[in-house]
Amino acid sequence: MVAESFVPEMLWALVPEIGLLVIGTLVLVFDVLWKDNRRRNLGWLTVAGLGIVFFLTLIFSRPGPQPALILGGMLRQDQLSFVFQLLFLAGGALTALFAMDTDGIGRRGEFYLLMLASTLGMCLMAGAADLVMLFLAIEMTSIPLYALAGFLIRDYKSTESGFKYFLFGAATSAVMLYGMSLLYGFSGTTQIYQITRLLVQNQTLVFPIMAVLVLILVGFGFKTSIFPFHFWAPDVYEGSPTPVAGFLSTASKAAGFAVLIRFLMAILGEGTIPSMVIVLAILSSATMVIGNVLALAQKNIKRLLAYSSIAQAGYMLIGVAVGTDLGITATIFYLVTYLLTNLAAFGVVTVVGKTLGSDEISCYAGLSRRSPGLALALLVSFLSLGGIPPFGGFVAKVLVFASAVHAATVNPLMLWLAIIGILNSIIALYYYLTVLKVAYLYRTSEEGRPLTLSRPWVIALTVCVAGVILLGTFFAPWFNWSQAAAVSLF
Amino acid sequence: MQFPILSVIVFTPLIAGVLILLYPAERKTEVRVTALAATVISLLLSLWVFISYDVSAGGYQFIEKFPWLPILGISYHMGVDGISAPMVLLTGLVSVSGVLISWNVDDRPREFFAFMMFLVVSIYGVFVSLDLFQLFFFFEIAVFPKYLMIAVWGYPKTREYGAMKLTLYLFIGSVIALVGALAIYFASGQHTFDMLALENAGFPLEFQRIWFPVVFFGFAILGGIFPFHSWAPDGHVAAPTAISMLLAGVEMKVGAFGALRVAITLLPDGAREWAWLILLLGTINVVYGALIAMIQTDFKYVIGFSSVSHMGLVMMGFATLSREGLLGAGMQMFSHGVMTALFFAVVGMVYDRAHTRDIGHLGGLFKKMPWAAVGFIVGGLVSMGMPGFSGFVAEFPIFMGVWRSTPPIFAIIAVLGIVITVAYILRVVGRVFFGDTPLEIQDVGDVTVLDKVTVGVLAVIMIGLGLFPILMTPMVQSGVERVLALLGGA
Repeated sequence: MVAESFVPEMLWALVPEIGLLVIGTLVLVFDVLWKDNRRRNLGWLTVAGLGIVFFLTLIFSRPGPQPALILGGMLRQDQLSFVFQLLFLAGGALTALFAMDTDGIGRRGEFYLLMLASTLGMCLMAGAADLVMLFLAIEMTSIPLYALAGFLIRDYKSTESGFKYFLFGAATSAVMLYGMSLLYGFSGTTQIYQITRLLVQNQTLVFPIMAVLVLILVGFGFKTSIFPFHFWAPDVYEGSPTPVAGFLSTASKAAGFAVLIRFLMAILGEGTIPSMVIVLAILSSATMVIGNVLALAQKNIKRLLAYSSIAQAGYMLIGVAVGTDLGITATIFYLVTYLLTNLAAFGVVTVVGKTLGSDEISCYAGLSRRSPGLALALLVSFLSLGGIPPFGGFVAKVLVFASAVHAATVNPLMLWLAIIGILNSIIALYYYLTVLKVAYLYRTSEEGRPLTLSRPWVIALTVCVAGVILLGTFFAPWFNWSQAAAVSLF
Repeated sequence: MQFPILSVIVFTPLIAGVLILLYPAERKTEVRVTALAATVISLLLSLWVFISYDVSAGGYQFIEKFPWLPILGISYHMGVDGISAPMVLLTGLVSVSGVLISWNVDDRPREFFAFMMFLVVSIYGVFVSLDLFQLFFFFEIAVFPKYLMIAVWGYPKTREYGAMKLTLYLFIGSVIALVGALAIYFASGQHTFDMLALENAGFPLEFQRIWFPVVFFGFAILGGIFPFHSWAPDGHVAAPTAISMLLAGVEMKVGAFGALRVAITLLPDGAREWAWLILLLGTINVVYGALIAMIQTDFKYVIGFSSVSHMGLVMMGFATLSREGLLGAGMQMFSHGVMTALFFAVVGMVYDRAHTRDIGHLGGLFKKMPWAAVGFIVGGLVSMGMPGFSGFVAEFPIFMGVWRSTPPIFAIIAVLGIVITVAYILRVVGRVFFGDTPLEIQDVGDVTVLDKVTVGVLAVIMIGLGLFPILMTPMVQSGVERVLALLGGA
């Protein structure tokens, strides 16, 4: 594959990025033009823009049968980048819908701009095929997110969370950058796909490269909140505005996984470093166990979802550790499901938090009497997170465990990974059901006061819930997409 | 193409459940009527399937098959054989009785009946599945209706504990069985979840020896096998009446059925290796369950433990792997399902009127509610295996099979279990329905017309089947022959 520096056709691959830039500019312009009472419409503008870009991407940016390196090898246009870009655009649109009626962020142009900038970074992350591009894309994603987490400047919890996120992020990306520079030093190239070739030729490099990979994994581990780089998640989710927390835990995590999968498969794809599999398996088990066990004790729903999303990252990592075609397919399918499911969960938290002014789980008492529809959305999202059919989470979990059982014939370690995953899904079901119990069983003196759902919330929750059910029942097309994305890496 | 009768049976309650959720909360009558209509339609169609099943042809009939996820060999594949057709009919009977019994549920009937419909969908779905993935898909749908219905509408003192215990036990069982199913899938090397194809896969003995107990006990936990039975009494007692009926009446059969259909028919050599353990545990179930039932002071716990005892007979029938034993087990699943539904219905009627289930505080209810009393006594006679009732038709072949295929000691111990059954049934009948009526319950009224219909229909079925076993035995026999052929013509 020879990387051409530039031909105009390459612009088709950049439709999502260009589109995001255009929407961002429009948001800036209208933020100035519109008076304060109309600024909520910036949300509709963002959503509509993202919707249009979504369909344009779907039509024009479809990759060819062969993966192509474009812009001098900076980006790789393949099924993986295509699927993930669509995922980020959808995640951004849903987040904008949830944000519109949230106090402090819904009427601020900067909010939408920062979110769009971060989404742009994610789209680049999904395609990055060069260490320099990779680092820039990760920073492009992260820096707006630091600002978003601390967006409510008068709320000290929000500023604390923004600052904490920034410190963790800066430290881990420094380590990652160091790893990347070493990798360049060893291989003499920044092209991810050429590093493998070098490894195959020169087996003595295996050990140093393994050490370098661990350094780089620090950065990826931070983005995906994998043990032991998960500490920031509960505090940051708790403090930041709820839609931002939802965005962090879904789109941002998916972006982290996109680069993790691409990078590891590019380097480990040919089975050059077997011991890396053990590292991944240990990280995956530890992430699941820590996330689930700590979630048991939570009283605040955002912290609970933070630990749950740590645990979910652990399940996804099973597929990466397995590293087969089926494993990567399972991880991608899992990510798609998880994005919709977790956005729905955070959406419910946004609505309840806005009306009741609290995120304590005990405040969910009487939810099914106040707003049966919202309670159903909570039910669907939590059961899907717990892996119960007919929701997407079930299929995703079965695929992940299936890939591990499949790989067990070659590597018995994988059977243990599946067993640990299954034990964890039992623990997880316990705390998911506990929240549902509060919503359906417990009563409160205020249950006569109904919750009002504004239109953007209804749209976003409906899309998420319908998507989760669709992924869990008619799963063939989504599976085929995930598989196409996975195959494009091998 | 023929009329997809099994799909209609499965999905009518699903459509009803979704419709019910869309009704406004105050339309309680419409909710009930919709639930009743859906269950009656499914019952009538099940009856049609039962009647028009061609016994002389045997095998799987009413087959529907569509690809669902062809790449992994998952299909939507339904059909019934001589063992599952009676189970489908049983589901229909118990679900209609359950709706009638819960007619007066007043706390959020919309959610109650909708969740109940989803539970019924899950049960029907398992019985008609011929695809392993599809079977688990339906199997695990039951998780959330079971949990929420017990936790929200159950007996206030123990519902939270009982619901969580039951749900976690059953979820553990199902995920363990799922791992086994995945192992079967990959070991077959056929890339299909089609059970008809997997039956002939010819797994090596070593594989069967390892995986049979995993799959069997995964399902048998739901069948209430000792020592994993303790969820059953606690869960059944905590549940609202209709759910006790569905859980003890059909869900426990789902467990036993799964153990037969997946574990025994797919891994027959493994079944032969492990039959001794199943026999031993089944015998313990029979005697231990009956002994514990003997000393209960709570009316409902007596029935809860009697289910444990009677399911032991089903397990013993499986363990013989002989014609008589399997035939008896198949009949027992149906007979016990009807009987235990009737028992729980009567217990519910007594509790609703007397507001106590303490046997010491009940008495002389025969005069107050003769229909309920007669129904209970018929159930009691079935439970003792009295000739002329369905229990005899079921238990006698089991004892024959046990006597022929195993050391006589097991048959002797199991028959002793029946003697204890006689003792506890007579004790309960004597204390609750005869003797003096305590002052506190002097003014209890009679049961409603709907209750009488339910009790009457269930009692007539048990007597009818006892007098004319020919209505069902040839059908079950044809299913058993198929299993025997897979077992190598034993």
